[in-house]
Amino acid sequence: MVAIDQTLRWKHLYNVLTRSGPFSDEDWVPGPETISTLESSKILVIGAGGLGCEILKNLALSGFKDIHVIDMDTIDISNLNRQFLFRQVDIGKPKAEVAAAFVERRVKGVKITPYVGKIQDKDEDYYMQFKIIVCGLDSIEARRWINSTLVGMADFENPESLKPLIDGGTEGFKGQARVILPTLSSCIECQLDMHAPRPAVPLCTIATIPRQPQHCIEWAHQIAWQEQRKDDAFDSDDLEHIGWIYNAALERGKQFHISGVTFQMTQGVVKNIIPAIASTNAVIAAATTSEALKIATSCNPYLENYMMYAGEEGVYTYTFEAEKKPDCPVCGNLARRMTVDPNMTLEAFIETLGERPEAQLKKPSMRTEEKTLYQRFPPQLEEQTRPNLKLKLGDLIADGQEIAVSDPAYTIDFRYRLDFS
Amino acid sequence: MLKIWSMKQQQQQAENAEGAAGKKKKKVTAAQLRVQRDLQELTLGSTMKMTFPNPDDILNFVLTIEPDEGMYKGGSFAFSFAVNQNFPHDPPKVKCTQKIYHPNIDLEGNVCLNILREDWKPVLNLNAVIVGMQFLFLEPNASDPLNKEAAEDLRVNREAFKRNVRTSMGGGTVRGVQFDRVMR
Repeated sequence: MVAIDQTLRWKHLYNVLTRSGPFSDEDWVPGPETISTLESSKILVIGAGGLGCEILKNLALSGFKDIHVIDMDTIDISNLNRQFLFRQVDIGKPKAEVAAAFVERRVKGVKITPYVGKIQDKDEDYYMQFKIIVCGLDSIEARRWINSTLVGMADFENPESLKPLIDGGTEGFKGQARVILPTLSSCIECQLDMHAPRPAVPLCTIATIPRQPQHCIEWAHQIAWQEQRKDDAFDSDDLEHIGWIYNAALERGKQFHISGVTFQMTQGVVKNIIPAIASTNAVIAAATTSEALKIATSCNPYLENYMMYAGEEGVYTYTFEAEKKPDCPVCGNLARRMTVDPNMTLEAFIETLGERPEAQLKKPSMRTEEKTLYQRFPPQLEEQTRPNLKLKLGDLIADGQEIAVSDPAYTIDFRYRLDFS
Repeated sequence: MLKIWSMKQQQQQAENAEGAAGKKKKKVTAAQLRVQRDLQELTLGSTMKMTFPNPDDILNFVLTIEPDEGMYKGGSFAFSFAVNQNFPHDPPKVKCTQKIYHPNIDLEGNVCLNILREDWKPVLNLNAVIVGMQFLFLEPNASDPLNKEAAEDLRVNREAFKRNVRTSMGGGTVRGVQFDRVMR
C-alpha cells in the first residue's frame, strides 16, 4: 500500500480550518489550535444503524479522531441494503463493534470505541466525557431519555457540562436535523408535540372486521397471542415467535378472504419498522455531521436550530428556530436549589413552599423519582401518603435529591433540589 | 464552542446563584411528573375510585367503576392502568381485570375505546380516559364490537342483552361462557 501523506489527506479540511471566512465568528482563531481541538474532541454517536453508519463515516472523514458509538442491536440481513459498514458475514454481530472496526480500518488514525448496550446503562459520568453527542435513533423514547439526561447535567458553574446534542431522524423520504443546546435552546421535550403518535388501527376493527393484511397481523399479535400463548413473553426478535404470528395472521387472512400477509410484512408490523431510504439517511447524516464539525471548531455558525427535509414531493427544506416551551417538563423549569433543615417535617416544608415568592404553592403534590411524598388526589393515595406529612425530610429524601412539585393553581410544575443544612 | 460557552456564562450571570439540576441522583421523569399532575386534576365522582398497590409507583394503579345507572348498575368493574415512561406520547395501557360481558371489552380484558389507541393525543389526560371508560358502561356501543357475540345480542334484542348483562354480572353463564361475579 502506498503511504498516504496525512497533510494531503486532510488538505481541503485544513483549508477551512486554517483561514477565516465571511461567516466565521470574529473571536475564532483559525490554525493548528483549531485542528488539534477538533482531533481531541471526544464525540459520541448514539445509534449505529442507517443513520449511524453514515454519521460514523462522515465524522471520521471530517477529522474527528476520538469517536465513541453506542448501540444495543445486532446486525440483521435486512440492514445490509443501506447500512454499508456491514457485510453478510457480520449478521448477528453487534452493530457498534462491527461499525467501529470497519471505519477504523478504512480511515487510518481514527479511534472508535464501541459500546454494545442501552444508553440507559450509562450514567452522567459517562456522558460527561464527551464534547458533543450526535443521535441517529429510531425511537422517541430514547431521544427523550438522552435529552432529559443532558438537560439534567447542564451545570451553570461548569460550562464543560453543557453538551450540544445534534439529533437526526428520517422516515421514508422525510427527515430532520436539529441542534439542541440543553437548557439554552428548545429541547426534544419542548418539540414533542411535533411528532404525531404512530397511527393505530381501532382494536375493534382488528378484532371483528379486518380489511387489510396488516389488520390480520395485528390481530395475531395483539389478540391471538394473548389468548393462546399468554405465558410466553413475546419477543419480536425471536423467529419462532414471528413465525407463529405470521401463521396465525395467514389463517386469519384466509377466513376473511384477505390476501397479502407475508413474513416480511409481519416483521414490519410487529416490530413497527419505519421505512428507511438510504439517500434520506445520507442527507440527514450529512447535515448532523457538518453541524458537529462547525460546533467543535467554531469555524462557521451552526444550525439554529431545526432543519426539516421533505423529499416525498420534489425537495423542500425549511430551517427555523424552534422555541423553548416555558412549561416544558424537562427544560422549562430547572431545579432550583433550596437549603432545608432535615429535621423539618414534610408538613412544615409544604407550608414554607406557600411562602416562597416564585411559587406560593397552596395545594402542592410532590414526589421524588422513587417515592410519592404527598399526593392530594385521588383520596386513596392521599390517605396512603398522609403519614409522610409527620415524617422528617431527612427520613424521606436524601441530601441533594430532587423533588417535583405540582399545584393545581399553576400550569407548570416546579423542581427543587433540596440540600440539607 | 466559543459562542455557546459565552452564552452559558451570560445566562449564569443573569440567573445568579440559583443553581441548576442536581447530579447523580435520579430525577423525577417527565412521565411521572405528568401523571402526578393528571392525578391531581382528576374528577372522580362517586362512581369511581382508584387504588394504588404501591403508593410510590403512581404509574400503575387500578380504577374501579361502580355505575349508578344504566345496564351495568350495581356492578363493580376493575381496570388496571399501566403508564409507561413514554407517556404522554404513548397512551396508558388499560385492561379489565375481570371476565365481563360487554360489547366493547373482550374476554381477555382488552378495551375498545378510541382514545386508548387510534385517537390518543398527548394533550389528552388521564381524566379524559376515565370519563371515556365510564361512558362505556352507560352506553355500550354495538357498532365497535370487541366481543362480537355481546354486540350482536345488543343489536338484535336490547332486552335480552340486558338480561344477559345481569346474568353475567352475577357470575352466571352466557352463551356457554362463565363470567366473573362483579356485583358490589
